[in-house]
Amino acid sequence: MAGESPGPTAGSGAGRTTSRAPGASRRTFLKGAGIGAFALGSAAVLPLFGSASAVQDPATCRATDVSQRDKRLVVSNWPAYIDVAEAGDDQYVTTLQEFEERTGISVSYTDDVNDNAEFFARVRNQLGACEPIDRDMMMLTDWMAARMIGLGWVQPISAERVPNLHANLIEPLRGRQWDPDREFSAPWQSGLTGIAYNASLTDEVGSFEALMTRDDLRGRITLLSEMRDTMAFMLKVTGGDPDDFTDDDWYNAIDYLRGRVRAGQVRAFTGNEYIQDLTAGNIVACEAWSGDVIQAQFDNPDIKFVVPEEGLNLWSDNMLVPNKATHLENAEAWIDYYYEPAVAAKLAAWVNYICPVEGAREEMEKIDPDLVDNFLIFPSEDDLADTFDFMALDEAQNRQYEGDWSDVTSG
Amino acid sequence: MTEVATQPPEARERRKLTGYWLLLPGALWLLLFFLVPFYSLIATSLYDPEGSILTGYDMTWAFGNYVTALQDYWPPLFRALWYGAVATLLCLVLGYVLAYAIAFKAGRWKNLMLVLVIAPFFTSFLVRTLSWKLLLGDEGLIVDTLQFLNILGDDGRLLATPFAVIAGLTYNFLPFMVLPLFASLDKIDPRLVEASRDLYARPIVGFFKVTWPLSLPGVVSGTLLCFIPAVGDYINAQLLGNTQTRVIGAVIQSLFTDANDFAIAGALSMILMIMILAMVLLYVRRAGTEDLL
Repeated sequence: MAGESPGPTAGSGAGRTTSRAPGASRRTFLKGAGIGAFALGSAAVLPLFGSASAVQDPATCRATDVSQRDKRLVVSNWPAYIDVAEAGDDQYVTTLQEFEERTGISVSYTDDVNDNAEFFARVRNQLGACEPIDRDMMMLTDWMAARMIGLGWVQPISAERVPNLHANLIEPLRGRQWDPDREFSAPWQSGLTGIAYNASLTDEVGSFEALMTRDDLRGRITLLSEMRDTMAFMLKVTGGDPDDFTDDDWYNAIDYLRGRVRAGQVRAFTGNEYIQDLTAGNIVACEAWSGDVIQAQFDNPDIKFVVPEEGLNLWSDNMLVPNKATHLENAEAWIDYYYEPAVAAKLAAWVNYICPVEGAREEMEKIDPDLVDNFLIFPSEDDLADTFDFMALDEAQNRQYEGDWSDVTSG
Repeated sequence: MTEVATQPPEARERRKLTGYWLLLPGALWLLLFFLVPFYSLIATSLYDPEGSILTGYDMTWAFGNYVTALQDYWPPLFRALWYGAVATLLCLVLGYVLAYAIAFKAGRWKNLMLVLVIAPFFTSFLVRTLSWKLLLGDEGLIVDTLQFLNILGDDGRLLATPFAVIAGLTYNFLPFMVLPLFASLDKIDPRLVEASRDLYARPIVGFFKVTWPLSLPGVVSGTLLCFIPAVGDYINAQLLGNTQTRVIGAVIQSLFTDANDFAIAGALSMILMIMILAMVLLYVRRAGTEDLL
């Protein structure tokens, strides 16, 4: 290489030192040229990596329904959300087995939904580009269902083929603003968000205001990391209405939460794992989902669920048929089947969440009379008089609020 | 003899090309799975911040994203660097003593001890971190003992504190420190240490004049192997920490999946990458370990 460089070359000692200069400057030049080429290349290539709008039209983005000749159905659900036979119990026929026997449809059922946002991230590329996700049904919580319906990713369900849904859906779940006539969604199970506490470690915690301010609870409570669950109550505490709030209401609520977090009141923002912390005594009270609490009570009767003074947050996980699903009719048969009161009661006896089906309570008398009066499974109209929901957010609001939320939870 | 020395020119040409052909699979792999995603990340970091999943995201050279990202998220960014640095330092101290013992004092237990260092890798990272939750829990043995000894106050706790996060990080990345340290300590010729004693160096002087300098390549690669993943890790902060211990990895994750704020999340990823790269380059240059680069 040195031999190729122009100017005085090796030979004398002096020549050798001067010959370094062109070599070094060439290296600098090459480095500069490399960076220049990278910059130019980037300028040309980078715009190609933009991404298009993900909005689809369910009327055009759909697959031919092969339900009649292909008796199959692919369902994605949350873990521990359907009845299964206890080990060694050969007598028990699960609701799913009964469905398969009655309709001749074979169901491939997977519990691969763990988190709404995570599931969304998993399917957004396919659904956003109108490609199949190889599922005929997925169960997502209200706000995520609203978002997906808004993006046009969900197929409408024919009302004629699901008469049970329209006849038996309980009143409090009708007329939700994001799908008022249940054209796209059908609740699978519902639940309440409220307060849980460990009675062996603290006395009753009756409201979110107490949860957020009582000194003896400092550093020993957790809140849920789902923004909507927690902020609905923060809005309530600061005088806003989660069903319909303004930016100002939002800022009041988030500032209040930030103040309490800074004061060290809140130990952590968690997903389902709060229930282990509560039973282990690492925390004494927390924001909680009703079904988790009922299941924990079987092992530890000291765990209590309270209806907070601020009211209850009623939510559902909804059955949705994604675009490009090939077994829409079979999915409709499934929805109609699970809205038969007897089937719904059998399911509720196992999963312990709120049953969205009218008439299931009467059927429950035959299965497990103990559960009939449990208001966390069959709440009365009175119990649900005070429930509220989080208003639907558009994409800009969603980002703004999720961003603020992430600021507060990130300290 | 002459026949062997002179090859036909085509054969030499071919042999020259062989090297390039051998490079090809690796180069293609990197092109596809490193360069293309890397470009996609740069582009994401320069997306129009107004873009959304409804309208799509355009690459508009929005360098302002970097400013916004730094303004909004500098605390978790520096917290991550700080936790990573402290954990790496602790790993170095603990790991050096351990590696030294294995290399020079373990004798016939050497192999067994090495296997024990690697053994935690047989279970998942997540499970190991979760079991720390049990160990440090408020009603757990460690807290009870410390409270009994009055080292910890009655409502003092270990879980959900920065201490727990750093302890978890140190534990999880310790093997990455021990192995390279062991590799370079084991290579040291014991006669060099003996020679230093012959020259009347006290053991401590002998260590700093002979053993430590010769183990530097292990120190440098060990600290890099610990520091880089420790800064990006957020599982420890999430499981063992509290609301004040959130690190940058968790912020990036929630911006991507919850807020769908791709632009800021991309800019934060780039900032983290550039900062780590700059620190590593500076460190390697200062440490002067040529055989690493």
